[in-house]
Amino acid sequence: MKAVKNAPDIASSYASDWDALFTYLIVVSVIFTVGICACIVYFAVRYRRRSDADRPEATKDGKLLEILGSVIPFILVMTFFFWGAKQYFDARIPPKDSIEILVTGKQWMWKLQHPNGKREINDLHVPAGVPVKLTMTSEDVIHSFYLPDFRKKMDVLPGKYTQMWFMPEEPGTYNLFCAEYCGTEHSLMVGKLIVLKPQEYQAWLSTRMSDGAAPVVAGDDPVAAGQQIWEMNCAAACHTGKAGSIGPHIEHKFGTMRTLESGEDVLMDENYVRNSLLNPNDDIAKGYAPAMTSFKGQLDNTQIQNVIAYLKSQSETASE
Amino acid sequence: MNSKENEPKKLTYLNAGHTVKSWLLSVDHKRVGILYLAAMTVFFLIGGVAAGLFRLELATANPDVLDNDTYNKLFTMHGIIMVFFFLIPAVPGVLGNFLVPLMIGAKDVAFPRLNLASWYIYMTGGMCTLAAILLGGVDTGWTFYTPYSSVYADTHVILAGTGVFITGFSSILTGLNFIVTIHKMRAPGMRWLRLPLFIWAQYATSIINVLGTPVLAITLLLVVFERAFGFGIFDPQRGGDPVLYQHLFWFYSHPAVYIMILPGFGVISEVIACFTRKRIYGYEFVAFSSLAIAAIGFFVWGHHMFTSSQSEYAALIFSVLTYLVGIPTAIKIFNWTATLYKGSVELTAPMLYALGFIGLFMIGGLTGIFLATMSINVHLHDTYFVVAHFHYVMVGGMMMAWLSGMHFWWPKMFGKMYNEFWARVGAVIIFFGFNFTFFPQFIAGYMGMPRRYHVYDIAYQPFQMLSTVGAFFMGIGLLISFVTLMSSLLKKENCGRNPWKATGLEWNKADSPPDPHNYPEPVVVDVEAYDYTDERIYQDA
Repeated sequence: MKAVKNAPDIASSYASDWDALFTYLIVVSVIFTVGICACIVYFAVRYRRRSDADRPEATKDGKLLEILGSVIPFILVMTFFFWGAKQYFDARIPPKDSIEILVTGKQWMWKLQHPNGKREINDLHVPAGVPVKLTMTSEDVIHSFYLPDFRKKMDVLPGKYTQMWFMPEEPGTYNLFCAEYCGTEHSLMVGKLIVLKPQEYQAWLSTRMSDGAAPVVAGDDPVAAGQQIWEMNCAAACHTGKAGSIGPHIEHKFGTMRTLESGEDVLMDENYVRNSLLNPNDDIAKGYAPAMTSFKGQLDNTQIQNVIAYLKSQSETASE
Repeated sequence: MNSKENEPKKLTYLNAGHTVKSWLLSVDHKRVGILYLAAMTVFFLIGGVAAGLFRLELATANPDVLDNDTYNKLFTMHGIIMVFFFLIPAVPGVLGNFLVPLMIGAKDVAFPRLNLASWYIYMTGGMCTLAAILLGGVDTGWTFYTPYSSVYADTHVILAGTGVFITGFSSILTGLNFIVTIHKMRAPGMRWLRLPLFIWAQYATSIINVLGTPVLAITLLLVVFERAFGFGIFDPQRGGDPVLYQHLFWFYSHPAVYIMILPGFGVISEVIACFTRKRIYGYEFVAFSSLAIAAIGFFVWGHHMFTSSQSEYAALIFSVLTYLVGIPTAIKIFNWTATLYKGSVELTAPMLYALGFIGLFMIGGLTGIFLATMSINVHLHDTYFVVAHFHYVMVGGMMMAWLSGMHFWWPKMFGKMYNEFWARVGAVIIFFGFNFTFFPQFIAGYMGMPRRYHVYDIAYQPFQMLSTVGAFFMGIGLLISFVTLMSSLLKKENCGRNPWKATGLEWNKADSPPDPHNYPEPVVVDVEAYDYTDERIYQDA
């Protein structure tokens, strides 16, 4: 049997910052709990009923306890609030140099795909020292991607992409859990996060699978596959931005703000592309007629992800 | 019996009729309260047995007694039964029905027939849910999250959901009944600020019940529509949004936490006043803090959804409001503690439960503050930390308050005093058993153990083992309390009108057990609440 741990591992500097706030909360809570409990015990003994003829005088209601009892807790909780909110927001935005892993939850497994198209199930290999961004969706019910040693978790939803990121610092093996109840084998929907040294990760990316198959077969490269879908479906003709195009300019625009017919500005991100492919009339670009037909039923999740990967790769080269 | 032959037998609500019909068709609020008590005891037992079974299973990391599906069905059943058929209706259904009219000087609730109908609605809902369990169970968790519940689950979701839907109407109607009763039926002289704090708490609870429960009803109906008829509401395959379900569900189910706990606050105020012989310190603050909690409690639901993909800015607002709802709660704790100061403290069984309540509820509340902290929530959400937190609130808080209230008003309900020694033994065992059960779960949660896990990492086993042992002791404590209370019914001697020498119309103007019409003579109120300097209360017993 493994030695019993008393705490989860601290796998990143975020995890130790998190633990600092957690410790602060514990200290304040212990002071209050011990204080109140000590009062209760002391009063119960000191003022115990000595005779049935005891007639204590009613304490006159004062405002002092009520004011202190509101103001002090209020100040304390506001310190929790600002610290916690800052930590939360800081931890939501992935750094620009992150590598991106696509995560697909499915009853009851995690399907993971690396930038070069290499796929794995339940085990996730990542390089140490490089921030990892996860773009996640589910094929069925809601799951939740949970890395306790990194103090991070995010729900994985069907029909939508969610994101989280973490910074693997030390090579090693860490727990990966599904935290949202998802049916019969929910508790078996677990995996391992394996953090490798960067050069080991590069070697791992290009090694053959245990069954001898190549790590990446032709057509697995998400960008190339996405480009093929893009061109086959004439999107290349509609969305290049040339004068007279039927549709708005999409190529090289991933990650920019777009103005809709309603006047609203929205970010062209993974969810925008996905929704535009499936429900093209939801967000009509300003100045264009709703002419596009839906790809619902024609493109599966992987193909949609490939199209997104292709559009993303364009804007990455464009910005360089 | 023989020795009493000479005395004419006094008419009470208990002996006013002995047939089954006289109980099942009674519109006497006290009898309706006892009907709830009987039904609720059975539901509590079923929910408790489910918990016992999966606690046994969880003692070790690997599956021993149950398979995955059975485990999932058991925790679902435990949650649904305990939340909807015990925690929500317990204090209003039993103590509220029995005491609201008695405490304000009324002969009955405003709508006695509606009151009986509420019980039948509760029972109909309960039967639907029990049928779902007997036919093979439900495995969605008590939260019925979509699209699992509406599309993927292969169990009796519709029947169980219908049961909860129906029971909701009993909450709405009881709430309505209490609001009208408290507004219109108070005895002459019973001004608002003379009301016992139990009544204030029932009033605040009733408002949440009337405003919130319809939302749960609508939500469950939508789940049933999607499941039965394929409406696309929550399932993204049909154009729905699964997160919408969570918003709707928690819009009711967070205020429902206050539906469960506020009546408990009311009980604690009564018990502490009686066993310190003092007016509750800051009566008005305690009364109005109940209303503040009821109001703010409607705007914090999103704190259940910090990792759900709701907007980060929405999460920010929900976080702030959650802290704010903690402030009136803290005030109550300070006021109860301050009431003990220079009081005349007597550690009877109800008082032991009440003091236990303060400590345990405070831990439940403070860990709620942890969970309101956004970044902290991300790690702890859906782990055993959350399980421990809400059991400290629901069991350490609400169940302790319920037991405190049952021990306090038992002599009033049945005219018999139980064995005080054994009642205290039960209280102490429950207190320690509870802590052994749930404290280790905070640590398991911090270590990252997700909730609703049948099979788990061996690192968490010591904590789960402790929990299981603790639960066993808690079970023994509950059994001792149950036997102690029930065996008092065999006693011959009556406990008298006011065995605790408490203030309040129910103790000073009504017999134990009360007469079918509550008071032998008309009631006029001429004293403030909790006036323990009034010598009359010490002579009545």
